[in-house]
Amino acid sequence: MAKSTRTVLSSRLVSTAVAAALMGSGAHAVAQENDPIKVGILHSLSGTMAISESTLKDTVEMLIEQQNEAGGLLGRDLEAVVVDPASNWPLFAERARELLEQEEVDVIFGNWTSVSRKAVLPVVEELNGLLFYPVQYEGEESSENVFYTGAAPNQQAIPAVEYLINDVGIERFALVGTDYVYPRTTNRILEAFLKDEHGVADEDIMVNYTPFGHSDWQNIVSEIRRFGEAGKPTAVVSTINGDANVPFYRELANQGIDAADIPVIAFSVGEQELSGIDTGPLVGHLAAWNYFMSVDTDENYDFIDAWIDWTGDEEAVTNDPMEAHYIGFNMWAEAVRKAGTTDVDAIKEAIIGVTVPNLSGGYAAMMPNHHITKPVLIGEVQDNGQFDIVWQTPSTVAGDAWSDYLPGSRDLIADWRKPMACGNFNVVNGSCGGSTAAEEAEAALAE
Amino acid sequence: MRRFLFWALLCLLAGFLPSAAAQTAAPGSDPGAALLETLDVDSYRDKGEAITAIVQSDDERAREWLQALLDGRLQRADDGRFVVVLDNAGRNWPVEDALTGEALGEMSRRELDRIGINNALRNQLRSAIAVVDLISPDVERRRSSADRLLGEVDEALAETLVPVIEEAEDDYVRRRLGQALAIYQAENGEMAGVEALSGSLHPRARVALNRAASGDDPVVADAARAALASVEQNLKLNRGVETLYFGLSLGSVLVLAAIGLAITFGVMGVINMAHGELMMLGAYTTWMMQQLLPGQPGLALVLSIPAGFLVAALVGIAIERGVIQFLKGRPLETLLATFGISLILQQLVRTVISPLNRTVITPEWMSGSLVINDALSLTLNRLYVMGFALFVFAALMLVMRRTRLGLEVRAVTQNRAMARAMGIRATRVDILTFALGSGVAGLAGVALSQLTNVGPNLGQNYIIDSFMVVVFGGVGNLWGTLVAGLSLGVINQVLEPWAGAVLAKIIVLVFIILFIQKRPRGLFPQKGRAAEG
Repeated sequence: MAKSTRTVLSSRLVSTAVAAALMGSGAHAVAQENDPIKVGILHSLSGTMAISESTLKDTVEMLIEQQNEAGGLLGRDLEAVVVDPASNWPLFAERARELLEQEEVDVIFGNWTSVSRKAVLPVVEELNGLLFYPVQYEGEESSENVFYTGAAPNQQAIPAVEYLINDVGIERFALVGTDYVYPRTTNRILEAFLKDEHGVADEDIMVNYTPFGHSDWQNIVSEIRRFGEAGKPTAVVSTINGDANVPFYRELANQGIDAADIPVIAFSVGEQELSGIDTGPLVGHLAAWNYFMSVDTDENYDFIDAWIDWTGDEEAVTNDPMEAHYIGFNMWAEAVRKAGTTDVDAIKEAIIGVTVPNLSGGYAAMMPNHHITKPVLIGEVQDNGQFDIVWQTPSTVAGDAWSDYLPGSRDLIADWRKPMACGNFNVVNGSCGGSTAAEEAEAALAE
Repeated sequence: MRRFLFWALLCLLAGFLPSAAAQTAAPGSDPGAALLETLDVDSYRDKGEAITAIVQSDDERAREWLQALLDGRLQRADDGRFVVVLDNAGRNWPVEDALTGEALGEMSRRELDRIGINNALRNQLRSAIAVVDLISPDVERRRSSADRLLGEVDEALAETLVPVIEEAEDDYVRRRLGQALAIYQAENGEMAGVEALSGSLHPRARVALNRAASGDDPVVADAARAALASVEQNLKLNRGVETLYFGLSLGSVLVLAAIGLAITFGVMGVINMAHGELMMLGAYTTWMMQQLLPGQPGLALVLSIPAGFLVAALVGIAIERGVIQFLKGRPLETLLATFGISLILQQLVRTVISPLNRTVITPEWMSGSLVINDALSLTLNRLYVMGFALFVFAALMLVMRRTRLGLEVRAVTQNRAMARAMGIRATRVDILTFALGSGVAGLAGVALSQLTNVGPNLGQNYIIDSFMVVVFGGVGNLWGTLVAGLSLGVINQVLEPWAGAVLAKIIVLVFIILFIQKRPRGLFPQKGRAAEG
């Protein structure tokens, strides 16, 4: 903080006549009163991930403007500091450092891919920053400096598969994903869950990985078709990422695979991804999220109206990570109000237990493991590119940082309240520091 | 006879007696209104029961309602009337009254509430419509109804099917319904069904046989296993043909992407890293054309072929004049400069149009697949792309071999000084060649818009593959590009089922590296003095 005070003084106050008088403890208060609170936005605006991340940057900017119109926070205005990490993972770390060291932002909203979060993680921990991460991810992580406002696997993948088993009667699963950490970990959890909890046989699970941006799905779709011919109701659980989805769904439609025969449930396909596809042939395929644009609540309609006004585009869509930022931003604002300061350590303490409304008519609470409570919704694709909600959990589900279905991981809990203050507390040996089984599993995955 | 069957089917399905069926309601208290009313509930289970009730009612409008419900066109207006939407494009939709069929003009989409359905209901509706359609006067409807009923027959329907099969005038319908009945029988462990299904390649038939094979009766189970084994050979053959088709289709995409590069890189020797972005511009031209001609995606696609060529060719000329001509003979600098251009073009599209993908509609005649037999069907969009690739290749060959431009291009690339001495304007030839190669990249983009995303990253996904094909085929040789593209496609698709998509790509790359070690000039090396330069 001392360093920040010095910089502020040198840039803003030294030239004024009062500079000398304010040297000392009083300077701090004056700087806080006059200076805007800086909110860092770390989303790619160019490169491959711009397709998903650029709207999140706009979302945070909109939220900041709304907050300023409502009088700011602690009597200070909010100011957005936008940087472009250009879909380049090492650049994410550099930009995060720039935000924390040079811009001295009070909080960062950012990242989409898990690999970019992993790149930023050591930086925010070293410089003691705050990062709000808005995307559904594979879990197996809890950092003191990161707040995970997207879904953990138990808030998306597990309920979705349970819906398929209990409500649709599926007995055979094709786990299809892009080859990187999120699908691999999610599928590992799902495989363990299906086998241990539901007794699904090995031959009834098919796992397939494809490279990023895969565009030739002929063989895989035909394999799925044959996989579905075994006489048991079959579904595809898709963790296919980004651009590869359009050719995948096109190939499904062309090979005549209908949602009524083999439904596909996706964890990465939302309203925004559908806006690039002719959804006619996809009607009935499923997606699991914690928010859909079609949610019928006043909060949601207000949010959509504000978003359409902000973008000036009548056709603009909202999606799940946008809601996550909405929740995360409001939680942070609430914590700032509660703590009466933007100091990182004070916020970390104040935010646990903070409850704010979500957009689906309920409330989201920040848990001690830095994950939040969310309802789980299942939607069917409609021909207008929206989802029709066909199922939802009766109440909200708390995010679980460490999966209960993986060896090693199930022994771990995260609780950042004092005195435990640990992200990977091992309940078996009663110490903070993870478990060797979890590390071995992680290493096996990395190979 | 038909009329009788209609009632018989409906009543049997419903377990109703014909006595209730014959009455017509008095005008004013339309029973249809009450039926539709039961559909407008939240619970999907209640909706399912309402659909059953509609099927059981003898209402003549039932099929129309079911179809409208299936298509999401059955909606409720704010005034409580049920309407059928005739066309749901735009903000205001023409509608008609669901009960009277009277046209009600246009209504705003805000006034209308759609009656939603889910997958289970969609299935139920399709089967219900298929049963009604079995006795439709339209033979196409009867055929699709028979197709639909494979694997959907239940006890009540099985009994009614027997006379329908005997009565069927159309061979196809008779055969299909026979199979549908046999599938039902086989699933219930009846020998007759298993025997009838022997030799059938249809996936539903194999599902039924698989179930019969794990049934209680050992004789039937053995017969089912034998029936499954008897088609094994045939299935393998079909799978082989399918894999070959997949390979050729992937190959033709590679050829399309690479053939423009075969001209700019292969013939002119310019390493153009912005080649992928020229394809992207072709794809965006298709999107633009579809925006200009709403409602006519097919026509727009056809017009995009010349338009995509022109746009990409013009941008190509700009690149050649603006950058490449100053870097002649300096391949490393050309590579870096064109890589810069590729980034600029990508970001330009992101900023000017949008970072999001654009929707390019596949015209009706290009979607779906061409059914060869029950186990083999070829997807139409890829068939068209294959044909288009061959067409582009042939046209390019013709230009290079039979026109004055082709002659001049070959002359300039083989010996620039000599060609100029003969009076050929080398600069003009450079421009035209680069424009031709770029235009062909634009054509590839038009074709790719039908297979993959139209977004700023489109080009990046294909640039590496394109260079790979050109180098593997032999720089400067169009035939080499064709053969290399198709064979790489086939190798990739043959490897994919057992190696996985990621490993298959790696194996292909390693193979090419090893191949280039052995034959540095590719499959079809250029011969003669031209090759020295």
